[in-house]
Amino acid sequence: MATWLEALIALLIVVSGIFILVGSLGLLKLPTLMMRLHAPTKATTLGVGGALLASMGFFWAVEGTVSVHELLVTAFLFLTAPVTAHFIAKAHLHLERKRDGGERERLPETGTGSGWSTYDAAPQAGQGEEGGAPREG
Amino acid sequence: MIEYALIFGFVAVSLALVMNLWRLLQGPSVVDRVLAVDTMVINTIALIILQGMYQGTTLYFEAALLLAMFGFISTVAFCRFLLRGNVIE
Repeated sequence: MATWLEALIALLIVVSGIFILVGSLGLLKLPTLMMRLHAPTKATTLGVGGALLASMGFFWAVEGTVSVHELLVTAFLFLTAPVTAHFIAKAHLHLERKRDGGERERLPETGTGSGWSTYDAAPQAGQGEEGGAPREG
Repeated sequence: MIEYALIFGFVAVSLALVMNLWRLLQGPSVVDRVLAVDTMVINTIALIILQGMYQGTTLYFEAALLLAMFGFISTVAFCRFLLRGNVIE
C-alpha cells in the first residue's frame, strides 16, 4: 500500500474518531435537549461518514475493488439523520407542552397571524392576505 | 500506521459509547433517552466498520446496514409512541 494512501486512511480514521467523541461529549455536557440534539445529529453523523470513507479507501487499497456497501450505509445515515432529529424535536416540544399544563416552551413569535404549525391548526386559505376569498360554510 | 489509527478510533468510539450510556442512565426526560439510544446505534455502526477494517474482512457491512435501518425505524417508532400513544393505529 502506498504511503500517502495509508496516511490518508489513518487521518480519516483519526478525524472521524475525534468527531464521534465530540458528538457524544456534546450529548453529555450541553444543558438543554434542544442544544443536545445538535451534537449527535451533526458531529456523529459526520464522524461515521468519515469512518465509512476510510473503510472504502482501505478495501480499495487492499483488494483493489470498490465496494458499494459503505456508500449505501452513508446514504442511508445521511438521509435518516435529519428525519430522526425532526421527530425527536417534535416529540420533545409536544411532551413539554403537555407537561407544563398548556405553557409552551419559549418559542419566538412566528410574525404571522397564526402560531407554530406543530401546535396550532393550519391557517385557513386566504386568511390574513388581501383579496383572499372568505371561506364560506 | 493504520493499526495505531484504528486503535485510536476504537478508544474514541468506546469512550463515546460510555458517554452515551451515561446520558441514557441520567437523561432527565424520555426524549433524552431516545436520543441517547439513537446515538449509541450510530456509534455501534462506526465500531463495526472499524472492526471490519481491523480484521480485514468485508463481512460486517451487512450488519452495519441492518443496524442503520433498525436504529432509524426504532427511533421513529419510539417518537411516534411518545406523540400518539401507539405505533400502529
